[in-house]
Amino acid sequence: MLTLESRSEPSRTMTIVSPLLALGITVVIGMLLFMMLGKDPMRGLQVFFIEPVKSGYALSELAVKATPLLLIALGLSVCFRSNVWNIGAEGQFILGAIAAGGVAMMADKDSSRFIVIAILLAGAAGGMAWAAIVAFLRDRANANEILVSLMLVYVADMLLSYLVYGPWKDPAAYNFPQTISFLEPTKIPRLFSGWRVTIGAVIAVIAVFLFWLFLFRTYAGFQLQVGGLAPAAARYAGFSSRKALWMAMLGSGGMAGLAGGLEAAGPLGQLTPHVPAGYGFAAIIVAFVGRLHPVGVVFSTVLMSMFYIGGELAQSRLGLPKSLTGVFQGMLLFALLACDTLIVYRIRWRHSPHHASASSGQAKPLPRGDESKPLAVDPSDAEQGAKV
Amino acid sequence: MDAFALLIAATLNAGTVLAFAALGLLINERAGIVNLGAEGIMLVAAVAGFATAVHTGSDWVAFAAGMGAGALMAAAFGWLVIWLNTNQYASGLALSLFGAGFSAFVGIRYTQEKLSQRSHFDVPGLADIPFIGPALFRQHPLVYLAIVLAVALTWFLYRSRAGLVLRAVGESPESAHALGYPVRRIRFAAVMVGGALCGLAGAYISVIYTPLWVEGMVAGKGWIALALTTFATWRPARVLLGAYLFGGVTMLQFHLQGEGLQVSSQLLTAMPYLSTIIVLVLISRNAAWIRANMPASLGKPFSPGS
Repeated sequence: MLTLESRSEPSRTMTIVSPLLALGITVVIGMLLFMMLGKDPMRGLQVFFIEPVKSGYALSELAVKATPLLLIALGLSVCFRSNVWNIGAEGQFILGAIAAGGVAMMADKDSSRFIVIAILLAGAAGGMAWAAIVAFLRDRANANEILVSLMLVYVADMLLSYLVYGPWKDPAAYNFPQTISFLEPTKIPRLFSGWRVTIGAVIAVIAVFLFWLFLFRTYAGFQLQVGGLAPAAARYAGFSSRKALWMAMLGSGGMAGLAGGLEAAGPLGQLTPHVPAGYGFAAIIVAFVGRLHPVGVVFSTVLMSMFYIGGELAQSRLGLPKSLTGVFQGMLLFALLACDTLIVYRIRWRHSPHHASASSGQAKPLPRGDESKPLAVDPSDAEQGAKV
Repeated sequence: MDAFALLIAATLNAGTVLAFAALGLLINERAGIVNLGAEGIMLVAAVAGFATAVHTGSDWVAFAAGMGAGALMAAAFGWLVIWLNTNQYASGLALSLFGAGFSAFVGIRYTQEKLSQRSHFDVPGLADIPFIGPALFRQHPLVYLAIVLAVALTWFLYRSRAGLVLRAVGESPESAHALGYPVRRIRFAAVMVGGALCGLAGAYISVIYTPLWVEGMVAGKGWIALALTTFATWRPARVLLGAYLFGGVTMLQFHLQGEGLQVSSQLLTAMPYLSTIIVLVLISRNAAWIRANMPASLGKPFSPGS
């Protein structure tokens, strides 16, 4: 029978092979799915992996999807590394869009082009403020950040719809729930005329470099990682878990808010109830598939953007529902988690379980460093952190 | 007066959805497993139940389909977290994200479908009592089943040997293992049962509560159910109470809108989510209480040493 045997140390090769293996599994299942639906699987592959990179225009569209995903996933990577589970990036994205939209609507047609900077700062601040609620309640009242951040996604959604159905509704829009189209000076500058990709893509690439610097070249980044990997060691070293919580939440919230601002004043150009497009949730998958590493996240962002474009093309060209994107995204994360087992275990063929005793001299199974915290936060963590 | 009776009836109905899901999650968590995939399970079960009801015309077959779909999804989750020791949070999230996409994908052809006329259920003799009848005794049988389930679960956890073993597995898997209990299999069984109950909750939404299929129709009830287990400090009776409380909050919004209260509908729709946050904050503040009640090995993977 096949059994899992723990490795003496985690395999570095498998850390990189596992996402590729997961992608392979997803592609195979995807092709089977296409066959079951009576579609040509090769056509499916083409729609998902060739068409999105076929031309300059296609690449620009890919970058439009990739910009918010990359920005949010970078923030979440840092967050998850410090074992803070912010899964409400979607809500922080919405608040970023709202705040940015609010500033954009204050502009008139003579406003300076520099108002774009104010818009983006407002976006980041909006996301941070929404995340700060989570950090505050976790810090002061021990409220679980997963549930609070997620509940706030629904609240953010309601806030957006309140604004676009109510006070911010464009009076000239025949009662459609939408704000005015933002004026020309407030539009995020495009990189090339005729293509929708904006300077947001450049900001995202710069952010990759900055996040890499922060994580691997600064003391604060080091503290965050130790706090996530070995909370006891971090406490012993005197690293404040409260500071880590706040940094992780504000950082990831700010990035999600920035993405929201870029989206609202960029490709969208106005606020509607359709601002949330699931980037905040997809970015969770991006972060995990990218190994919570800034460079890895770049690759997984491109992949997930392909899934987005592929889903849209599958709808228009093959008549399949667009939600195919979500199926593949979820499947990819599931496959990845399964494949990640190979990082700490190797598969061995064993004739009978009685041979197990032969390996008793080996290293004990490594505890997976990513042990989940219970939903109710163990208060001892926070209390001891607070003393520091 | 009649309006108030209807509000109570609607509260029990809405609370039943949360009760099934939260009782299922309670079983998971008593065995030491946190399943963040509840929302995804409920969505897939909702579409499975609705589709079955459309094709077979039988609500009960639809519930069975929902439970089956829930158990199947939970099995995938259980295999990952129990046998492959993956991170429970990440795996649960994967299930929720997959469930959202998959249910939307499968459900697209059912968005226009309608179910046949829903039948009424009256408890003979009691349904005609003024006020009490319409408030309590004109419910779907599953509403009463949820109460029975909560009572049965209390008995199971605190009065039966199997319940003791289940709790032992959640408190101290090492000790349970040393005593010769198959910790992983017990945990897996708990995850399957929990998934089936979340599935039943999902099918109840699409077949009885709403009844139709809309993408994302579970609307966070899976997450609220997760919060409920903490709120109830892992006690079945308190879970039931909490479920009705949240059912009441959900229903109050419609009631207030009906009364013509001048509050924006969005604020009222956000009420259940805001109340969840407030309740979580109030409950979690008392750290010692949570610590005393929480299954000690909640969220911690267990692998018997090889």
